[in-house]
Amino acid sequence: MLNNISINKLAAAAVFTLVSTSSFALTQEQQGLEISQQVKQHDTGWTDSSADMLMILHNAQGQKSIRELKIKTIEQLTDGDKSLTTFNKPRDVKGTAFLSFSHPVEADDQWLYLPALKRVKRISSRNKSGPFMGSQFAFEDLSSFEIEKYSYKYLGDEVINGLDSFKVEQYPVDPHSGYTRRIVWVDKEAYRIQKIDFYDRKNTLLKTLTYTSYRQYLNQYWRADTLNMVNHQNGKSTELKWKNYTFKSGLKDGDFNKNALKRVR
Amino acid sequence: MWFKWSLLTISLLLSSAVTCSEFEANAKVGADSRYFFEQGQYPEQLENTQPGFYAQAEIYYAWNNSADSITFIPYYRYDSEDSERTHGDIRELSYIHVSENWELRAGIRRVFWGVTEFQHLVDVINQTDAVEDIDGEDKLGQLMLNLSTVNNWGIVDYYLLPGFRERTFAGQNGRLRGPAAVDTDNAVYESSAGKQHVDLALRWSHSIGDFDLGSYWFHGTNREPLLQPSSQEPQSLIPYYEQMDQLGIDIQATSGAWLWKFESIYRDTSKDNFAAAQAGFEYTSVGIFDSGADLGWLMEYAWDSRGQASEASRGADLQNDLFLGSRIALNDVQSSELLIGFRTDMEHHSNTFLIEANRRFGDNYKVSFDLRLFDSNQPQDFVSMLNNDDHIQLSVERYF
Repeated sequence: MLNNISINKLAAAAVFTLVSTSSFALTQEQQGLEISQQVKQHDTGWTDSSADMLMILHNAQGQKSIRELKIKTIEQLTDGDKSLTTFNKPRDVKGTAFLSFSHPVEADDQWLYLPALKRVKRISSRNKSGPFMGSQFAFEDLSSFEIEKYSYKYLGDEVINGLDSFKVEQYPVDPHSGYTRRIVWVDKEAYRIQKIDFYDRKNTLLKTLTYTSYRQYLNQYWRADTLNMVNHQNGKSTELKWKNYTFKSGLKDGDFNKNALKRVR
Repeated sequence: MWFKWSLLTISLLLSSAVTCSEFEANAKVGADSRYFFEQGQYPEQLENTQPGFYAQAEIYYAWNNSADSITFIPYYRYDSEDSERTHGDIRELSYIHVSENWELRAGIRRVFWGVTEFQHLVDVINQTDAVEDIDGEDKLGQLMLNLSTVNNWGIVDYYLLPGFRERTFAGQNGRLRGPAAVDTDNAVYESSAGKQHVDLALRWSHSIGDFDLGSYWFHGTNREPLLQPSSQEPQSLIPYYEQMDQLGIDIQATSGAWLWKFESIYRDTSKDNFAAAQAGFEYTSVGIFDSGADLGWLMEYAWDSRGQASEASRGADLQNDLFLGSRIALNDVQSSELLIGFRTDMEHHSNTFLIEANRRFGDNYKVSFDLRLFDSNQPQDFVSMLNNDDHIQLSVERYF
């Protein structure tokens, strides 16, 4: 694993040099792809992670509503990640759990555990564009980033959150995505996403997501403490606050099956 | 009394140990009322309203890095009209030990098997708590020893089930019952061991690509009693619990927006043997009318080799029946949902219709509304007993 990471770092350094020195020789599409590969590369090798998520939903009238979740993820070397999400609040859905095996191109495999009936139900993963728990986040906004999910175009450089950043346009490959495109700002220093603009199916600006208070874990992996999604069309917003991040805690594949789904807390 | 004590225990534990990360306690209390549009068909049945309240707590304690845990879920319902519906149950009091490729679960638990929505044919481990609701989804806790092994060719569950639970039935004053109340105090068993018969079950389940598969064998006391008229006055029905062997299979194929579902059982008892199946689909359109709402369509068909009830044979209730349904989830902040369902017997006149709607209010309240309509002119059909029992039900739940 250590070897893998150092190889990844070498590769990252090589590609970085390529991007910065010979960018004139590349098309905007190639540059966009390379920057996005860098983002993925910089966030590879964390093996497993778990964290607590607090969602604060704000409506246009200023009313608040809270959701509390716990998310465990295990990295897969040859496939999309596996994740297990448990719901703690609102209280009427406490104990509900969600298991997802994501795939870069094919549909994800998803199961929902309903504690009142003790039932595990395989669900359709078609619903990418729908709101997650009534929030301004769609399911696809919360799924893991995979290179194959988009095509890319480098738009230029801009300073965002005080950081010199690449501006890349991403076009979802999946026809069931709720977006025609996303514009992503990635800082040049550590390839962290700083901001995303989402354009709806009519190609109108729908939402803006900003990442703040980045923190580095294991001297390598950056995670933002706070994400804020603002919907420009309905005036609603959702704040995501992450807590208790842990990486490489020794989670196993067996922590991501239907038995685990039924007992996870 | 045990319920009061458990509530007291919860509050004590809450005040002393809530900071411990491996301890959790929560509860819900609810009040509900049914309103029947008509007078009952049978004497002594309650008139129009049936109010009550219920409470359920859940206490969870885990140690050894969550490899060992205990869960306790007591439940209690008070019904103002039907003394048989006033009841308590330990839904769960169990210990789980988790190892890398297996887990052991011991104690009182609930287990659900199956994939279809309108009938739960293969779901066989737990007894139905039929006084709670008539949809068969409320279950009594079952004592068990369950070893579950995880293999790369699927999960295998071994069950040892000591201590049979009798089905609950509406009492003399209750609605949603037949002409005579069921005498639950004098149940009769085929096995000489009676309630002490130790049942066995073995199940394999696996996910392969788009398919979720399950298959099992069950040997033991049939959860579904035969109701036999008593010889004594006043007229009542005596539950007779026979022994059975049952093979079951459940399959779901998940493809895009479609869920294809199939369940089937083969049951062998000393009196007869039969096969039954429930199959259908669920299709969901997401983001209808440019909103975040989902609209689902459900269709299922029930078949049973025993055929319809006649003078000569008891038959089966759901032997050639079609179910249609529609589910709307608004995916809003309040998680508002609406389900409409319709069942019709394709051989004779028998229909049922239901609406289930629910919505959260604030952070801790949930309000549900149900409507159920029954209509049959065939005396042999189970719905004819419920002809006067059309009702609405409103419930309010508070979560802690």
